[in-house]
Formats: sequence, C-alpha cells, structure tokens
Amino acid sequence: MIYREAGDFKTSYGADNQTFPIKFDRRGYYVVLALAALLLPFIVTDYWANALLVPFLIYAIAALGLNILTGYCGQVSLGTGGFMAVGAYSAYKLMTAFPWMDMITITILSGFITAAVGVLFGLPSLRIKGFYLAVATLAAQFFLVWMFNKVSWFYNYSASGQINAPERTLFGVIVTGPNTQAWAQYTFCLFFVVILAWVARNLTRGSLGRQWMAIRDMDIAAEIIGVNPLRAKLSAFAVSSFFVGVSGSLFFTIYLGAVEVGEAFGIQKSFLVLFMIIIGGLGSIFGSFAGAAFLVLLPVVLKVLGVDLLGWPTDIVAHLNLVIVGALIVFFLVVEPHGLAQLWRLTKEKLRLWPFPH
Amino acid sequence: MPDQLLFATEVALNGLMAGVMYSLVALGFVLIFKASGIFNYAQGVMALFAAMTLVGIQNGQVPFSHLINAIFGTDIHYFGWEAPAILAIALTVVVMIALAWAVNRFIFRHLVNQEPIILFMATIGLAYFLEGVADLMWGSEIKTLDVGLPQGINETIDSVTFEIFGYGFFIDNLDIVATVIAALLVLGLVAFSQYTKQGRALRAVADDHQAALSVGISLNFIWVLVWSIAGFVALVAGIMWGAKSGVQFSLSLIALKALPVLMLGGFTSIPGAIVGGLIIGVGEKLFEFAIGQPFLGGATENWFAYVLALLFLVFRPQGLFGEKIIERV
Repeated sequence: MIYREAGDFKTSYGADNQTFPIKFDRRGYYVVLALAALLLPFIVTDYWANALLVPFLIYAIAALGLNILTGYCGQVSLGTGGFMAVGAYSAYKLMTAFPWMDMITITILSGFITAAVGVLFGLPSLRIKGFYLAVATLAAQFFLVWMFNKVSWFYNYSASGQINAPERTLFGVIVTGPNTQAWAQYTFCLFFVVILAWVARNLTRGSLGRQWMAIRDMDIAAEIIGVNPLRAKLSAFAVSSFFVGVSGSLFFTIYLGAVEVGEAFGIQKSFLVLFMIIIGGLGSIFGSFAGAAFLVLLPVVLKVLGVDLLGWPTDIVAHLNLVIVGALIVFFLVVEPHGLAQLWRLTKEKLRLWPFPH
Repeated sequence: MPDQLLFATEVALNGLMAGVMYSLVALGFVLIFKASGIFNYAQGVMALFAAMTLVGIQNGQVPFSHLINAIFGTDIHYFGWEAPAILAIALTVVVMIALAWAVNRFIFRHLVNQEPIILFMATIGLAYFLEGVADLMWGSEIKTLDVGLPQGINETIDSVTFEIFGYGFFIDNLDIVATVIAALLVLGLVAFSQYTKQGRALRAVADDHQAALSVGISLNFIWVLVWSIAGFVALVAGIMWGAKSGVQFSLSLIALKALPVLMLGGFTSIPGAIVGGLIIGVGEKLFEFAIGQPFLGGATENWFAYVLALLFLVFRPQGLFGEKIIERV
C-alpha cells in the first residue's frame, strides 16, 4: 500500500523525529519542492505570479510569523500590518542608503529591524494577556502607520509620501523595480519561503517552541516548571516580527514596488493575516500555508466566477467576499477550531487506515 | 482669560462631546461582556448596520436590491414610500432583536465554554459578515441620516460665552442632544437592571452563570436579551454618529476606539465606560491641540487613545473601575 509506515524502519533517533515520518509524505514534499523550484519559474506568467503565486508566498511568510506568536505562543497580535510596514520601510531606507547592498542582505536586515521593534511592542505582554494584549498591539498598528505617514525621513522627503523600490539586481537578474520579470519575483520569494518555513518548523519543535507552547497552554504552570516567561514571550515576539518584517519587505520591494502606508499596511492587513491563521489552523506550519493560499485564492476565484462569468458588478462581489470570509471564520471556529490543518490531519489518518478502517 | 486658555477650553468641551459618543459604543461592549464574557468586536459594525437599516427603511429601499438586480436582471431600488422616523426606528429595533437572536442561535450557542479569545475572534468574523451583509442589503454609498435631530451651532452658548469672555464657544446642537440622550440611556439601563425582573436576572447572570442557572434563569433568554439591548445601544450610537458624519464604513472603526476606552474604564464597569470615554475624548482633542498640531504634524487622534491605554495598562491592568483579576494555580 502507498500511505503506510509499515516497512519504513527508522534506525536512528534523528530519523524517528523527522517532520514527515511517512515515506509517501516525504517524497511528496520533495516533489512539490522540485516542481515549485525547477518547473514553475519557467512557466509562470505575469498574471499568475502577480495575482496568486507571489502574494501567496509573501502572505505565507506573514502567516508563519503570526502563527508563531498567536498559534504557538498564544499572544494575540493585531499589529501585523504595522510590523509589515516596519519591514517595508526599513528595506526602503536600506536600499536607498546603501545602494551596493544586495537584496538578500537587505531583506534579512529589515527582518532584524522589525524584530527589534516587535520586542519593544511586545514588552507589555509581560504584564497583560488576551485581548488586553490585542489592544496593546493595536496601539503598535496605528502608531507605526501614523509615524510612517508623518515623519518624512522615512520616505526620503518625497512629495507624494509614497515609497518606490529602486531597481536592484541579484546575480545579474533584476529582482526589484518595474522591469522585474515574473519568474524572478517568484523565485526570490520562494527562496525565502522555503528557508523560513524550514526555520519555523525546526524552531517550533525544539526547546524554544516547547517553551512557547507551555506559555500558551498555561503561563503560570509553565513558569513553575522553569520556563522563563520573559525570555519565551519576547523571543516569540522577536521571531514572529522577524518573519512579518521579511514578508513586509518582500511585499514592498518584490511584489508592489510602490507603497502608500495607510493603504498597504492598514488594520485590514492585520485582520487578513489573522484570518489566514484561523482558517488555516492555529499552531500549525502547514496551516499557515493553507490559510494563506485559501485567502489569496478566494477573492480571485470569486472575481472570476462573479464578475467574469456572471457579469455582476465588482462591488457586489467584494461585499460577498466579506460575507463569505466572515462566515468562514465563524464556521471554522465553531466546527473545526484547528482549521484546514486539522482537516488535512484527519484526511491523513483516514488514508493510513484505508481501505480497511477497522 | 487669555486666548490660548479659551481655545483649550473649547477644545476640551468638544472633546467631552466626542467622548460621549465613544462612551455610547463602549457601553454596548460592557453590557455584552458582563453578561456573557464575550468581547464583542462587532459592536461598531452593529452600529453601522443599525444606522444603514434605519436609513434604508426610512427611504423605502428594497433590501438586497443590487444583488437581486444582478441575479435576475431586474431594476428595482425603492418601494416608493417614505417611513416616518419613529416607525423606522421601531422597525430597526425589531431587526436588531432578530439579529440578536440569530447571533446567539447560530454562533454563540455553539461556542459555550470556549476560551474568551476564541469568542473574540468569532466576533471579528461576525463583524466582517455583518459589514458585508449591510453593504449587500443597502448599498455601500455614504448616506445621510436625518431623524429630525437639531444640528448646527448652538446660538445661546455662543452669545452667552461671547458676553462673558468676549469669545463665542462653538458647540454643536447635535452634541448636546447626544449627551442628553446618552445620559437618559444610561439612567434607563440602570433603572432596568435595578428594578425589573429581567434586569435582575441579567445582573445575576453577570455575577455567576451557574448560580443563575440553578435558580431557574434561562441563560439563552438572557443572552438574547443582552444582545438586543446592545443592539439598541448600537442603534442609538449609529443614529448619533450617522447624523454627525453620514452613514459610512468609518462608523465601524469607532468600535476600535472603544477598546482603549474600555481599557481605561475597565471591562466590567458601566460608569467606567462612560468616564473612560470622556477621558479619551477630551484627552485626544487636547493632545492634538497642545502637542499634536504644533509639534508632531497632526492626526495624532488616530493613535493617542491606544497609546494612552497601553501606558495605562502597564500600571493598572484592571482599568479605573474594573474588578481586579487574581489568578491562582
């Protein structure tokens, strides 16, 4: 049979602990990775990259970041949009201040800057939790967006208040600016997604991740068994903000190219990413990807169905989108609080027993 | 008095009036939170929904007309009648009660005993859903709401203050009406919860769910009741904000402003909601006037409330009037 552990003998501790214990999964993972890295860059078109693939990859990073904070460490954050803005603006400042710096360094550095800001706004989490903390992160959201709007140093005193990504190349290929080709955008984002997902997976199953989960499940009990809540919470904020910052930086440099902060990184963005991890599954790496894919796909599908096929006006379709997203959030919270990831887990359980379920 | 001080006083007075509006929204939050432990993010959208429904009924709009037209290719928009304000308000109250019932029946009855943060996220979902439904039902364009409330500058205050200080204060009639109505509403709510059977049941539920159940109070009924009251408060807030700045999406953002109000006042205290609203209203207007405009480039109102609440939380997490939460393992 295909989907079985049987016959797949583990002979080392490492092999016993691997992410995909079943051979079929393991092979499937490498096949998906190979397709994404070796096939898609050659066939991806502008429309597919801009409407689906690049936003999916970027939101997947943001969702991973928020999932580390909310899903693994239990600290609800409504400031994702603000932290993405920090990533975007630090990338812009780095790009214009150090034109010789390559894009990978810039993206990683802007992640670290966001991590520092995230720790700063994470400080209240040491005293408050739950939706008190959610409001504290709202303060971050509104304050940061206001700051990037008002302090003209951040947008290099440009008259429009917008920031525009200058053209930069990586290994001789243009990766930012208006002349970027779709495959370059896609591949650049894919590189970061693969690396960061790998980091996230290994962080969350290691010592640090277990500390986060202990804090999430019951903070006082975690403290008693020796988890340092200060370290655990702030490290969750730092790592999460790093991810969110990288995604914000990519969102600006690679995907949009020109950004107006209130529009691109407003409170709606924070909710969007939060919805991704609720629908995808709190506390699951796969869930972050599933949620991001779902919420990137949904408006596109609705638009194709409603506007192109049925000829409805765009505003009705946009409102329907709101209704469906809202209903889905409630539906998932009521029926399947662990989201799409849990459905996937159940499917896999069923597959292992199939075709003899008893 | 020097000019600066007079300006500051006028700004503070206007802030007080804006604070009344925040208090109205915060009141709806507190009511639901006390009775069911649900932190209702959708309160602001409920205000938007109520105001849109009111305008729609008043103008005789056909609900979902855009959707119907798009599906069936028809061209209907209006029933062709204009409802009087009182009738429209009464019908809107009925709609809000139906909404309260539906919300409890289809969402929160399934989420009993879940963690507060899950309930909170469910209300965010509800907010999106309601916003979409409201737009689909009544169209998303900005509407003017007119139920016959007085508007414009109050001449009496203007002339009296001009005689005393040589400088006329600008205070909107609508703000005064809003203050009076808010005061009446609070008095009414207090009377309701103190002197009626349902009100006492409501307080019992707020105190202890299980004990209330065991003396024969129906939790389902109380929850529908409290959501209906919150819907009514949302309607009042919606009318005030709608009359002030038109019925539009930004109405639902005042819900977010109510969050810091609650932080300040405490989640479980009705007087807290009111005092918190007033402090935030006055505080953000004065801060904008004294520091925001001259030194920071303005528009500090967007974040002042949150940062104030954040600072406040660090020193007094339970708010001004809230109950202190003591955690034991």
